[in-house]
Amino acid sequence: MYEILDDRYLSPNVKQFEVLANRIARKQQPGQFVIIRLHDRGERIPLTIADSDRERGTIQLIVKAVGKTTQEMMNLSRGDAILNVVGPLGIPSHIDLFGTAVAIGGGVGAAITYPIARALKEKGNRLITILGASQENQLILLDKFSELSDQIYVTTDDGSLGEKGKVTDVLMRLIEEEPAIDYVHAVGPLQMMEEVSRLTKKSNIQTVVSLNPIMVDGTGMCGGCRVRIGGETRFACVDGPEFNAHEVDFKTLNQRNEMYLDQERESLDRFNLEQGSEKSTSSPFDPDCKLKKILPSNF
Amino acid sequence: MPQQDPLIRKYNFEEVNQGLLVELATLEAERCLDCSSSPCIQGCPVGVKISEFIDLVRKKEFLKAAQKIREDNVLPAITGRVCPQEIQCEASCVLGKNFEPVAIGYLERFVADYEKNHGGVVLPQLEEPTGKKVAIIGSGPAGLSAAGDLALKGHSVTVYEALHELGGVLIYGIPEFRLPKSIVEDEINNLRRLGIQFETDIVVGKTVCISELMGEEGFDAVFIATGAGLPKFLNIPGEDLKGVYSANEFLTRVNLLKAYLFPDYDEPVYETEGKVVAVIGGGNTALDAIRTAVRLKASKSILIYRRTMTEMPARKEEIEHAEEEGVLFQFLTQPLEFLGDHNGVLKAIRCQRMSLGPPDSMGRKSPVPIPDSEFIQEIDLCIVALGNGANPMVQSSDSKLKVDPRGYIKVNEDSLQTSIPGVFAGGDVVTGGATVILAMGAGRRAARSIDKYLRSPTPTR
Repeated sequence: MYEILDDRYLSPNVKQFEVLANRIARKQQPGQFVIIRLHDRGERIPLTIADSDRERGTIQLIVKAVGKTTQEMMNLSRGDAILNVVGPLGIPSHIDLFGTAVAIGGGVGAAITYPIARALKEKGNRLITILGASQENQLILLDKFSELSDQIYVTTDDGSLGEKGKVTDVLMRLIEEEPAIDYVHAVGPLQMMEEVSRLTKKSNIQTVVSLNPIMVDGTGMCGGCRVRIGGETRFACVDGPEFNAHEVDFKTLNQRNEMYLDQERESLDRFNLEQGSEKSTSSPFDPDCKLKKILPSNF
Repeated sequence: MPQQDPLIRKYNFEEVNQGLLVELATLEAERCLDCSSSPCIQGCPVGVKISEFIDLVRKKEFLKAAQKIREDNVLPAITGRVCPQEIQCEASCVLGKNFEPVAIGYLERFVADYEKNHGGVVLPQLEEPTGKKVAIIGSGPAGLSAAGDLALKGHSVTVYEALHELGGVLIYGIPEFRLPKSIVEDEINNLRRLGIQFETDIVVGKTVCISELMGEEGFDAVFIATGAGLPKFLNIPGEDLKGVYSANEFLTRVNLLKAYLFPDYDEPVYETEGKVVAVIGGGNTALDAIRTAVRLKASKSILIYRRTMTEMPARKEEIEHAEEEGVLFQFLTQPLEFLGDHNGVLKAIRCQRMSLGPPDSMGRKSPVPIPDSEFIQEIDLCIVALGNGANPMVQSSDSKLKVDPRGYIKVNEDSLQTSIPGVFAGGDVVTGGATVILAMGAGRRAARSIDKYLRSPTPTR
């Protein structure tokens, strides 16, 4: 059992948990993930570790409610526990002094981007961050990225905060400007990562993406997370989850991620139905923990 | 062996074999010639004193018979169910030359079950505590058998498991209908009673490293028994289509995560009910997978193998059971390509007919393609069961640990010691995919040499 020491909503459907997991906290490096299982009927799902606190022996998990398990996690709070948490899995991000590095976080992908961006900055890179989301309340970690970044850009699909448009609109502009971009790290929806990859490939900018295929064991045993990289089959859990974006077969990955769409929907509907009969209609989103929007002047 | 009727068991996950009754077991034991040479013992990878335990069965001393087996085999209820006896002990049985060999496997199982149902296991006496600590990585058959032997020798043993449940392939791989999970749990509880500690959710190489186990965690020796990893694929076009599984994934979803009970359990498995399911391969895992598909109500369950039934590496009994349950065997067939629709959903498989050519280096006849024999078979789900490569988890975390070009851990053949002093390895992570009993044999051998290492006056650390 892994106890939840703290929890808070980052947006109406995104929650951050501080989970007691001593061994994992001690080992965690940017880019790594855990596999969790909530209870003895639960599925195993991968979640990226957003941060860790070695002294407290805790890891931070940032979870968006998309499927049954993540929806169920919205009900968890301080004092609750997660039955199984295993990790840190995957190969840590390769952090180097590239020069000018662009960190891109799409939606809840920003949670994965954050420790990587911080490591890039600590290494001495000039850090440009681009955060994107569908709307203002889906943007997470804006304040933390603001503190960290030399430059930060924000886009929303509806223009409710920052620039109306996509992260790739900003990236496209930056590629044409000086100074030249040496490195791009992008995490977010597949479509976004694919589009980023397409842009940087044209300009020959080294680009890494973090992939999110379906996983079961996370130790290389099942092969469910296999992805096509440069024409080869690789296992995201042991060979990734980060890969050279220009080699990723996004189309196949997208299709494979839809393998259980029907079952996922069935499971979620059933869960919501059960919940609906028990729960009041009030939103779980606490307005007091709304985002602090401290933006640098160049925003 | 009494069995569940095939027409009934097709629709449930309960054990197929129902076990012998006392009368039948005693009668069977009486068939043993008690020959002086006991070739059956040489045929056993862990050296169970077969003639002695059968003699005790004949005398109806069933509990003593169980204790006799336990001197050499800490998991008799398991091996009695999953060992390929026909190529081991029973293959060496003198009776087998002219008649059916003594059903040693059935007797072993009978004795272990009898013990369980009559007061439980009488655990052997532990030797004096040595004060030495041994870490075992992996709770599959190699790890469990080493753990048992080392605990008996008086060492303090901790077993680390990456998954959330103990048992390794015995839990995630072998289905309930062949090896009930409760049997594995019972055997593990017996090991707990020997004082062995178990920790789940620990991926050695990630959560903790070997150097840390041997350093700050204070272990005197480590045994790596992580088993096989990385399932092999055919590397043919279309293998990433929705509906193509490795046997490991399919079985893990169903066995470990109980996807057959979805949506009561959260883990899903691709829809099989009323679908055509094919398995590629001829080993025990292939049969486990296709027989699981039968139970998940596939409309048609086909086993595709490029050789013939004679060359199948699977246990004979499993092949017979599969036939009884209506599995269709399509021999001398090699898949060439998976075909899907525009949504990336598997629809069919393009295959080629084979013929058998001259034997390969292993003595098995090699399949040779027949020209212009291609055909297309419509399928909805395909499970690839071609074995596994080496799991890189532990190896990649420690550069001092030497591996062979295929990634398997290099060990001294006698002692099973790796390139790191005090660190031993055995089972599939050394040999590549093999059987439960061979892994247990490796676990025993490792336990012996770890014990020797720990008792030597100056263990080289």
